[in-house]
Amino acid sequence: MSAEGPEANDQRPLRQAQGLAQAKRVETAEPASPGGSNAKPSVVRGPWSVVPAPHAALLAAIAVAYGISHFSDQIDPYHLDVLTGIGINIILAVSLNLVNGYTGQFSLGHAGFMSVGAYFSAAVSLFLAPSILGESGGNAWQQGGFFLVALCAGGLCAALAGLLVGVPSLRLKGDYLALVTLGFGEIIRVIFQNVEKLGGALGLNGIPAFTTIFWVISFVALTVFVVNCLVNSTYGRGFLATHDDEVASEAVGLNTTRYKIVAFVIGAFFAGIAGGLYGHFKLTITPTGFDFTKSIEIVVMVILGGMGNTLGVILAAILLTLLPELLRPIAEFRMIIYSFLLIVLMLVRPQGLFNFSFRPSRQKSAAATPTA
Amino acid sequence: MGAIYALIALGYTMVYGVLRFINFAHSDVFMVGAFIGYYAGKLVPEGTLWGGLLVLTIAMVGCALLGIRIERSAYRPLREPTDFNLFTILGMVVGAIAGYFLCNRIIAGRNVSDFTPALRLVSAWAGAETFGWLGARIKPRFVVWKTSGGAATLNVLITAIGMSLLLEYSGQVFFGAAPRTFPSIFPMKNFQVGNLVFSTNQLAVILIAVLLMIALQFIVYRTKIGTAMRAVSLNPQAAQLVGVNNDVVISFTFGLGSALAAAGGILYALNYPSIDPLMGVMPGLKAFVAAILGGIGNIPGAALGGLILGTVETFVNGSQWSTYKDAIAFAILIIILLFRPAGLLGKFTVEKV
Repeated sequence: MSAEGPEANDQRPLRQAQGLAQAKRVETAEPASPGGSNAKPSVVRGPWSVVPAPHAALLAAIAVAYGISHFSDQIDPYHLDVLTGIGINIILAVSLNLVNGYTGQFSLGHAGFMSVGAYFSAAVSLFLAPSILGESGGNAWQQGGFFLVALCAGGLCAALAGLLVGVPSLRLKGDYLALVTLGFGEIIRVIFQNVEKLGGALGLNGIPAFTTIFWVISFVALTVFVVNCLVNSTYGRGFLATHDDEVASEAVGLNTTRYKIVAFVIGAFFAGIAGGLYGHFKLTITPTGFDFTKSIEIVVMVILGGMGNTLGVILAAILLTLLPELLRPIAEFRMIIYSFLLIVLMLVRPQGLFNFSFRPSRQKSAAATPTA
Repeated sequence: MGAIYALIALGYTMVYGVLRFINFAHSDVFMVGAFIGYYAGKLVPEGTLWGGLLVLTIAMVGCALLGIRIERSAYRPLREPTDFNLFTILGMVVGAIAGYFLCNRIIAGRNVSDFTPALRLVSAWAGAETFGWLGARIKPRFVVWKTSGGAATLNVLITAIGMSLLLEYSGQVFFGAAPRTFPSIFPMKNFQVGNLVFSTNQLAVILIAVLLMIALQFIVYRTKIGTAMRAVSLNPQAAQLVGVNNDVVISFTFGLGSALAAAGGILYALNYPSIDPLMGVMPGLKAFVAAILGGIGNIPGAALGGLILGTVETFVNGSQWSTYKDAIAFAILIIILLFRPAGLLGKFTVEKV
């Protein structure tokens, strides 16, 4: 054990603590012990084996996105809009899943981070684009590169906000954490409402339409890739351990607060990216578009998909974006149906709609900590 | 303002004290209370004292029933294993729709347009209750689920949020999203004491709030059911062992809290006479902040927290920072949770493993 360095030391006791359900997630992690390496299936050696499967999938997804973007003229604009909406929601839901699902910290302020990213990247595009790209607006490559910079700036700004919010509030648990994150989300909104430079309550208008289907699909792929690889890595065990039993993780020497903050910051970063995409897609953003209802919407996607289940969360995000579109003919009643379904679902499938490997939480007594 | 926050906060605090969860739907019960007051207010002559009190009573009883209904159909199945019958749900849906259309048939051609939304709602609710009850009688094996009970905090929270959305959007469908003017149900007069001018409405708010809080204090500390409430809040299992019927106590708590929310809703609508289905969201969140400020689960604490929050907010509103009014409540929440998570009057508990 001692020969494997501190990282492996982290990992070993946890695996014992987590039990069977985690065994599935171990696949991509390093072999835990010399004897364990035999357990790895002998992969058929081909040209693809140079690139690990998740990386290959990421590259393939970006290639597909590039391919699709060439045909985007031929797709019905309405379908393209819906598709973009789905993509943005997937990014939001998957990044929130890292915080809520894998790390088990209940955050209700995701829309706040989204708004930080949206505002910052929109501000970058609005105020810097004319001076950098010139009057003509530059060619497609220049625009793309600039958009990437703007998005990353938005994401980093959101991550910074996540750090500022996370450091003080992640000492709290359960309901209280939910409320504090909700409070921060609302405060961020009120601040944007009062900054005249960013349009105040009227919001920012005239954001350049940089978001294309290529960017959306690429960032969806990137988000899923990062979250998946992170959770399956040695370091990522810490998130799962924090989720499963905080006291036990502390006892085996994990700094759970740090894991929570890291998860929070990464979640906020991708929320910021999603916000940037959203801003350059809708072309106008208002502070009220990022209120508490939006946060709830994202949380519902995570819960519906099953906490800590990336695939389920993606399916839920698709379903919940399509549902309002499909229910459009009965618009008056659609939100009633939506909320009613939500309650019924919580009663009959508390583990989420798309979660088929349900493990009941281990602590069920009334004395259990509210983190589970 | 502080008194109103205090009333709503009391409902949150009681439910949290007994069940340890945030009842997000509470703020919408508050809204329903205001709407019941709106329709009941049309039935009684305006500006009379007995009329006002009657409206208040009707709204409180109506909301108490609603609160109990919410608890039984949404929260109880999460808490303990409950037989879950597809026919019950189907029955409730069918009943609600049937009630709605039956009501439309009956009122067609009669001159009751003022009350149409209220009648439809009552009718739909009655239909849902009847058909739900009928559905519960039919129990073929294959449509019965058993909920597992003992749900995680998160699931309860989401259910509460779902319930809150359900009430809000039902409100929008039945009452319409446009704001309405609340009738002045109490006599209007302005008093002057020295340099202070205050109206009967403000006086009524303070009087009613204080009376209700005294009544609540009496119920919780001087009656049998109040003792049972405190017992359940202290330790549900032990309470059950000494013969307390937890379900009854919890239902009663919900009823009591919802009645207070209804009173809060009417008092709020008296001072800000414009009501709409989303009116509950902000006061609800702030009242919850007030409950935490005073120490959640602590009844005098909720009252104190409400008063402090109301006062601070009123001061901010009058200063140059008035546009940051909404942020202040949350800033207070964050500061309190970081430095004194148990609230001003709360007790600290050490987590045991």
